[in-house]
Amino acid sequence: MDAMVKEQTIRSVPSEGFRPSKVVAKDVDVYYGDKHAIKSLSIDIPERSVTAFIGPSGCGKSTFLRCLNRMNDTIASARVTGRIAIEGQDIYDTSLDVVQLRARVGMVFQKPNPFPKSIFENVAYGPRIHGLATSKADLEAIVIASLKKAGLYEEVKDRLGDSGTGLSGGQQQRLCIARAIAVSPEVILMDEPCSALDPIATAKIEELIDELRENYTIVIVTHSMQQAARVSQKTAFFHLGILVEEGPTDLIFTNPKERRTQDYITGRFG
Amino acid sequence: MSDHTVAAYDNELKELAGSIAEMGGIAERLLVDSVTALVRIDTSLAQTVIVGDIRLDGVQRRVETDVVNIIARRQPMGQDLRELVAALRVSSDLERIGDMAKNIAKRVVAIDGHYHPKRLALGVEHIAELALEQLKAVIDAYTDKDVDTAISVRARDNEIDAMYTSLFRELLTYMMEDPRNITFCTHLLFCAKNIERIGDHVTNIAENVHFLVTGEQPADDRPKHDESSLTPVDFGART
Repeated sequence: MDAMVKEQTIRSVPSEGFRPSKVVAKDVDVYYGDKHAIKSLSIDIPERSVTAFIGPSGCGKSTFLRCLNRMNDTIASARVTGRIAIEGQDIYDTSLDVVQLRARVGMVFQKPNPFPKSIFENVAYGPRIHGLATSKADLEAIVIASLKKAGLYEEVKDRLGDSGTGLSGGQQQRLCIARAIAVSPEVILMDEPCSALDPIATAKIEELIDELRENYTIVIVTHSMQQAARVSQKTAFFHLGILVEEGPTDLIFTNPKERRTQDYITGRFG
Repeated sequence: MSDHTVAAYDNELKELAGSIAEMGGIAERLLVDSVTALVRIDTSLAQTVIVGDIRLDGVQRRVETDVVNIIARRQPMGQDLRELVAALRVSSDLERIGDMAKNIAKRVVAIDGHYHPKRLALGVEHIAELALEQLKAVIDAYTDKDVDTAISVRARDNEIDAMYTSLFRELLTYMMEDPRNITFCTHLLFCAKNIERIGDHVTNIAENVHFLVTGEQPADDRPKHDESSLTPVDFGART
């Protein structure tokens, strides 16, 4: 009986009271040229939890997600103002190493995009270029551990030399997750990771997210409200570049405060 | 609130509201008729109540099926979700109210042929009037999503409880006065208890209206004033 109670307290996060903040954004604005895509946005992302960003197409959720690992730097017309800090450290500070940042803050995209290399090489590439492995055996250990954490190892252990692009969609996505995990990130960003997957592959990824959140801070952008409701502890609703409402997931979906949130989640939008 | 993008969803919710309204109408009718039958010892009116309750049960089963289907297909959120949960609970309370009325009607058939002076039933008639007022008010509150009325209905349940406590004592007195009254008064006691239970189901419905609109249960504890369990039965002679 005691063991059962203990199991429940480890897995569940109380709906009031989040874990301490891992990422803090304050008064962030994003412009694409003249287009004001994100307006004065402030939000806390709790550590070792899943935070979901929901909202209609074009609301800015993916744009804001890309701010968290400075992927917007690669877009010429993009301009970001305000402060985004990970554990107190401003990630837009000019002295910060962006390549290091993108190892600390990994990203998984909507369409699985494994490298045109072997399964092993896909996962080994990151640790190798970051110099994370001291020997060949060490690198192999990192690759196997990452594949296991991503729930892919059992399915591919006998064919690590096969091409990553030969896997099924769901497996490719888990390979991309393994690739992100291999460089020991603290935060994992996921931009609609299951949109291109069938329901079974989706369920496997959701199960994986549930396990990963014990060790990583996860932010997920999703079009599926049911998915956001299932996997996340905190949900933020975006509309026209503004953060309309954020709070514990169970409250956002059963009793939101804002009319716009209620309209969106009940399918009364548009 | 604006309409759903998918019109069929709106239609399903409207139909569900219609079924609950239908149940409310039937429950009111059954309560009125069961007490009229009791006061008059009208066995054929009592029969219509017993049959009417079967119809009420049928509508409740339909409500349950519809709610389950909507949840499976529409994955409701926010107020829609609360509306469906409330519909499930309210239909269950209305079905129980019908059962209470049916129970009263069955006793009419049992009393028929026994000694049953009409004046003894006046107290039951009185408590039934209040219960009917409460039932009508709470069904309107549910239809109109009116939290204030729901809260006042909930608060007024203590009047029914107080009436029941005094009716309990009154019926005991009649039984002690004249043993010929015992059969009738025992049935009347059960009828009064059934009506007090109807009052409790009305309070449940009121709490569900509060939940549906606000997303929370009412803050304070429900008032309870039924003290019949504390009423001593004293057979000692008093002058």
